[in-house]
Amino acid sequence: MAILANRDTKLLVQGLGRMGQFHAKLSAEYGTQVVAGVHPGRGGQTIEGLPVFETVGEAVAETGANASVIFVPPPGAADAILEAADAELDLVCCITEGIPVLDMARAKRALVTSGSRTRLVGPNCPGVVVPEQCRIGIMPAQITKPGPVGVVSRSGTLTYEAVDQLSRLGIGQSTCLGIGGDPVIGTNFTDALELFEADPDTQAVVMIGEIGGSAEEAAAAYVRDHMSKPVAAFIAGQNAPAGKRMGHAGAIIAGGKGAASDKMAALTEAGVAVAASPAEIGETLKAHAKL
Amino acid sequence: MNVHEYQAKALFREYGVAVPAGEVATTPAEAEAAARSLGTPVTVVKAQVHAGGRGKGGGVKLAKSTGEAKQHASDILGMTLVTHQTGPEGKLVRKVYVEAGSAIARELYLALTFDRGSESFAIIASTEGGMDIEEVAASTPEKIHTEFVDALAGIQGYQIRKIARALELDPGQGKKLEAFLRGLFALYLEKDASLVEINPLVVTEEGDLLALDGKLNFDDNALYRHPEIAALRDPDEEDPRERAAAEIDLAYVGLDGSIGCMVNGAGLAMATLDQITASGGSPANFLDAGGGADKEKVKEAFKLILRDDKVKAILVNIFGGIVRCDLIAEGVVAAADELSVGVPLVVRLQGTNAEEGRQILADSNLDITPAETFREAAEKAVAAVQEGQ
Repeated sequence: MAILANRDTKLLVQGLGRMGQFHAKLSAEYGTQVVAGVHPGRGGQTIEGLPVFETVGEAVAETGANASVIFVPPPGAADAILEAADAELDLVCCITEGIPVLDMARAKRALVTSGSRTRLVGPNCPGVVVPEQCRIGIMPAQITKPGPVGVVSRSGTLTYEAVDQLSRLGIGQSTCLGIGGDPVIGTNFTDALELFEADPDTQAVVMIGEIGGSAEEAAAAYVRDHMSKPVAAFIAGQNAPAGKRMGHAGAIIAGGKGAASDKMAALTEAGVAVAASPAEIGETLKAHAKL
Repeated sequence: MNVHEYQAKALFREYGVAVPAGEVATTPAEAEAAARSLGTPVTVVKAQVHAGGRGKGGGVKLAKSTGEAKQHASDILGMTLVTHQTGPEGKLVRKVYVEAGSAIARELYLALTFDRGSESFAIIASTEGGMDIEEVAASTPEKIHTEFVDALAGIQGYQIRKIARALELDPGQGKKLEAFLRGLFALYLEKDASLVEINPLVVTEEGDLLALDGKLNFDDNALYRHPEIAALRDPDEEDPRERAAAEIDLAYVGLDGSIGCMVNGAGLAMATLDQITASGGSPANFLDAGGGADKEKVKEAFKLILRDDKVKAILVNIFGGIVRCDLIAEGVVAAADELSVGVPLVVRLQGTNAEEGRQILADSNLDITPAETFREAAEKAVAAVQEGQ
């Protein structure tokens, strides 16, 4: 069953630039039902075999799409998110990196206050892969393998690393999900853990956090109070200097808060098995979940 | 992006936020002229660098005459100012701000930022101004008042009244606080700021509110729509290596160790520093080559890493998603060929087109150590440094 998506998901692509086209093609090759593109100014055309529409609403009406992936550049990305929500899609994954914080703060608040039924993943995230069923976003899906472990991560390439370690140990994944490294994101760790806890196909969870913010501490509290499934974690940035922005806009230790050591302590206290180094993520999960 | 105090105060003024009169100066003569044109009995000469704690470091001095202002400027200009925020190497002072002195009755603290936890704006106010706010938060947290402002609704009148009460202002001063806060909030929203901090916000003997200091940070991702803010960037205040990296769209942070790193993705780049440390080594830098890394970018990244003469080995750790490992491999070969690398090179390629990439490295006949897993890559880099010693 997995979370968020499956083989029945009908995906549309917002923003058919070079990157949008490339990944639409890879997703289709992986077996995902990619049904439409939305690219203002190019409605009525066919790009890479996809019918292109002016608006998300038209695309949904014509193709029955229920999920979207956004490759729209930063100035129009928040608008694209709200358009997808307006069309009442189930899921929207925003891949775009570099959206101004104010734009996302307002868009997120608008989603929440309007009671939108759309789940936003990202922005600045690699997307969602349900192994052998559905690829939404930019992950190298060939490293995934079907199985019982849910993977959720704030980072892109470090998600691939964790998935690769699991697959090499012969442990497959129910769903691999990158939630994004920005200060304002649609789906946080706690949301993802809740979905995995409720998913009968998921038996254990790997969570990859990083320095900055307090989402990992909130996730630790959720695991302690609500999770029956074993969770293993790794926190990137144990050796990052304070006050420096480490690539991700969100990854900065500000005012002594958000350090890796605090997050690791909170998770350990909540019964999460925390990997000491990134090379041990797979082994840590294997030992903890007895898989 | 960070700006200088004098630039922050010019923006405050534009938004109706009260600040003392002042002028920027780059020579002692200019500072003397500024003090004369201000015409107040007391002026303050303040070093303009992107760091807090300037007063304690000797970068802020009171002058009781124009001659004294000139003398202070001559002392401060050209000095290397060391504060708790500059690091031990300090910062060279190239400009001073000469400001009219104020008769201070009370020193308060006021800041406006975005709070990730509540996804709303946070106004932080305290009666304990002029001190390190982290210290106040640790020792007397009850003296810090935080007001959360909804991202869509914006700041409300009752919130301003609550802050006025928390700051122990009288009703007349409360009115002034309202203009002050509305101005700051408008500035924050219209210019995509990420932090406004005023420490101290003073109440003068006359009962006026004045921003005596001003710190403003801006959201780098929004600079594209504020060319006037982007123009305030002062390249002298930035780490030259970080600036060079930003120009070629790489994220780079210099560290003190001996293993140069080139990685794609911020999370994996941070984890690479962690794995090197766990394997007994020390990283020389954080470098995220980003999603669009190709041959040219890899070469530029190598140049940047090699500018640091502490580097005794280089570790390339790539997990291809968007990035194609074969293109990275071509870049590594070109860099190793054209630049005199001179230190051991360990390369780990995984993900998209990894097999082709490894073949390119193997066919190059260059002295490159391949690695399969993350751990193996870090261990080989650490071993290479140890062998070289």
